[in-house]
Amino acid sequence: MTRRWRWKEPSVLPGFGLTFGFVVFYLSLFVLIPLAALILRPWELGLGGFWDAVTTPRALAALRLSFYAAGVAALINAVMGLVLAWALVRYEFPGKRIIDALVDLPFALPTAVAGIALTAIYAPNGPIGAWFDEIGVRIAYTPTGVLLALIFVGLPFVVRSVQPVLEDVDREIEEAAETLGASAFQRARLVILPAILPALISGVGLAFARAVGEYGSVIFIAGNMPLKSEIAPLLIVIQLEQFNYAGAAAIGLAMLGLSFMVLLALNGLQAILSRRGQA
Amino acid sequence: MFDRRGLLLSAGALAAAGCSPRGGGDAGAASLLNVSYDPTRELYRAYNTLFATHWRDTGQGDATVEQSHGGSGKQARAVIDGLQADVVTLALAADIDAIAERGLLRRGWADSLPDNACPYTSTIVFLVRKGNPKAIRDWPDLVRPGVQVITPNPKTSGGARWNYLAAWGDAIRRPGATEATATAYLTELFKHVPVLDTGARGSTTTFVQRGIGDVLLAWENEAFLAVEELGADKVDIVVPPFSILAEPPVAVVDQNVDRKGTRPVAEAYLRFLYEEPAQVLIAQNYYRPRNQAVAQRFGTRFPQLELATIGDFGGWTEAQAKHFADGGVFDRIYQPSGA
Amino acid sequence: MSAARRSAVRGAAPFVIGVGVLWLALVVLLPLGMVFAEAFRRGLEGFLQAFDEPDAWAAVRLTLLVAAISVPLNALFGLAAAWCISRYEFRGKALLTTLIDLPFSISPVISGLVWVLLFGTAGWFAPLLDALGVRVIFTVTGLVLATILVTLPFVARELIPLMQQQGADEELAALTLGAGPWAIFSKVTLPNVRWALLYGVLLCNARAMGEFGAVSVVSGHIRGLTNTLPLHVEILYNEYDFVGAFATATVLAGLALVTLLIKSLLEWRFADELAATRRH
Repeated sequence: MTRRWRWKEPSVLPGFGLTFGFVVFYLSLFVLIPLAALILRPWELGLGGFWDAVTTPRALAALRLSFYAAGVAALINAVMGLVLAWALVRYEFPGKRIIDALVDLPFALPTAVAGIALTAIYAPNGPIGAWFDEIGVRIAYTPTGVLLALIFVGLPFVVRSVQPVLEDVDREIEEAAETLGASAFQRARLVILPAILPALISGVGLAFARAVGEYGSVIFIAGNMPLKSEIAPLLIVIQLEQFNYAGAAAIGLAMLGLSFMVLLALNGLQAILSRRGQA
Repeated sequence: MFDRRGLLLSAGALAAAGCSPRGGGDAGAASLLNVSYDPTRELYRAYNTLFATHWRDTGQGDATVEQSHGGSGKQARAVIDGLQADVVTLALAADIDAIAERGLLRRGWADSLPDNACPYTSTIVFLVRKGNPKAIRDWPDLVRPGVQVITPNPKTSGGARWNYLAAWGDAIRRPGATEATATAYLTELFKHVPVLDTGARGSTTTFVQRGIGDVLLAWENEAFLAVEELGADKVDIVVPPFSILAEPPVAVVDQNVDRKGTRPVAEAYLRFLYEEPAQVLIAQNYYRPRNQAVAQRFGTRFPQLELATIGDFGGWTEAQAKHFADGGVFDRIYQPSGA
Repeated sequence: MSAARRSAVRGAAPFVIGVGVLWLALVVLLPLGMVFAEAFRRGLEGFLQAFDEPDAWAAVRLTLLVAAISVPLNALFGLAAAWCISRYEFRGKALLTTLIDLPFSISPVISGLVWVLLFGTAGWFAPLLDALGVRVIFTVTGLVLATILVTLPFVARELIPLMQQQGADEELAALTLGAGPWAIFSKVTLPNVRWALLYGVLLCNARAMGEFGAVSVVSGHIRGLTNTLPLHVEILYNEYDFVGAFATATVLAGLALVTLLIKSLLEWRFADELAATRRH
């Protein structure tokens, strides 16, 4: 209890000063200073102006769509990403390595190309869109299209977060649980889920954050109708077209603030879960 | 030329601090950057060759012109933010005015060349499905039940602003029309729009490739190009009885040419647009030439129709403020119901 | 009873694999197939025509150049950040970790815009840049800055969890045996993390080459000069040259697939070694 407050625990390993200094310098240069510009710019409008810029009915509708669609996409990715990770970790099947490599494709394919390709497929005259059109369901040019594009960009985050942890879950504990008569469902709920939940939450958080800001793939498939299928990043672009940098930065700042809060909440949840896991 | 570009690129990389992305400046070989809007790609590709020949034939040396294309407003913003354009050739005067407001070129730019510095014009026409199955001939047909209209977003596309103003011009000239009836017509029109792309080319793709909508509102030159490039078997052009005289202006960016010492060639580049060979090229690319003799040579390509002008709207400054600025008529069209 | 249950679990395998693969096919494989189908719609000749243009090669070179500058920097940053975060206990570590993740949650449009706000004509540093006669926006430098910001977390995110899990035992042992800092790093740390490092670099590189939104804001879109491959794709698409646009896009997709397959093959080839590392 008499321990002095210390900023850093002592360590015999060399290199803290060098690496810490470099990391802080690099982050300042490429993240903090640019973000400072984003944070300070909208206040030219004054607090009232900032508030007005982000609370017009269109801005609110766009923010709602962006966050809602990103949330739903992240949840769908949570389920399907988990299934995919499970298949890749637990089973052997032909073409597994190719499937594994394909998971990263959304990181690599330019978002605009992905958007064009998705639109071509899911438009009413596209190979799959036509099929849906016959049963009266529209995918491209509706919020469903937005959702589809966001699922695409977020998919790798969930799979790649869960996969390594799933590989590490001790098969022996599972087998022990099975010997003790635990059903498959019980094993999943009591053994596997607690182990992978922190990683799953972290992956879902990243997928969500990435999807909120996505622009390139969404504008092709969204239809971009104000109040209906217009996403928040498009509003930023629209503000820029009118030479209104402060207005654009205001919407950007609001988006960043909101998604930061969501990430923080998820991080908190993750911390609680991993503490409970250790106890 | 290919090698020169490569060298320039690597040189720029070595300097890392990144000087000008282009060479330019040295005597004998002039290099210009023309910052333009989307639909002029084909026109300026051809014109740059024509101008280079003209420049060499008149003993002035080599002239290469680099092109940058994008949405008109976005391109104006790039110039404002420091893109080193020697000349701008944009979709509407309001975008060049915005550059002038920041002091990069003088406010009276429109007087420095003939015809308000617009060497070519165009108009807004309808592109419909082959055989015009919905019998769309005039503006009121667009708001008939079951008709879907494709146009880009006026907030992000210069062409879409001409579309919008043409529609307004038609609505306001009808007998007994008032501002209220015109606004009502526009509100109804945009209810028939299922997809708002950010640019003219995006809208054309949506209409032709994705098969969305019954009619596309388009630049006349874009409509011709769409027929030529994407299939005469798919779409027809319908010229409405009334439309708008779309005037895409050109200007020298004073601050940039003075710093780079490219003023003479930049000015010559724009002036030569009014000469007969250039005007022929303009007509070949489906823009309406200013030179009437050239226009007549192309006869039926450019049908005569009644045209509103931007002057009828009090000029771009007024039209912009009234219709397209935040809280303007266009924004009010997209108010949530009940508000 | 138990045997019956076990077979039920085994019976689930085709179902889980089926659902997972079908999902991937719908969301990822189909768009990829579309890209290739469109690219070869006019046969091999039409496909190759897209590369007949000097502007396409200029875009390839610029893309490689931008990646060659930004990826090594981010790899270096990732190594430093992972070392710093996994080997020491200090206050504010959580904040530092969150800051590293932050670029994932910045909209690409914003990742480009911030550089304009800093270095544009009306930006904070405009007077300084004017005095120096240096331009950042609409040059290679601007493209590099935007790319670094977008791809900053990739390597760090791969390395941090692995190095945290591995712990510092081996480095401490080496230190006790009298190894210097460079020897510890190159003989102990680097071999232990090389697969994760490689994977992080591959992802970072793929994303750097494919980035569209952010570079679109800071590029002047000058044909053959400041167009990266994704921007060149956009130009071709806007010129109604769909075959050319998709053919160019296959280069990016192909590049990504090849690097990722190489990674899978390496992992498979060195599977034993990998398993050994993981058991630490």
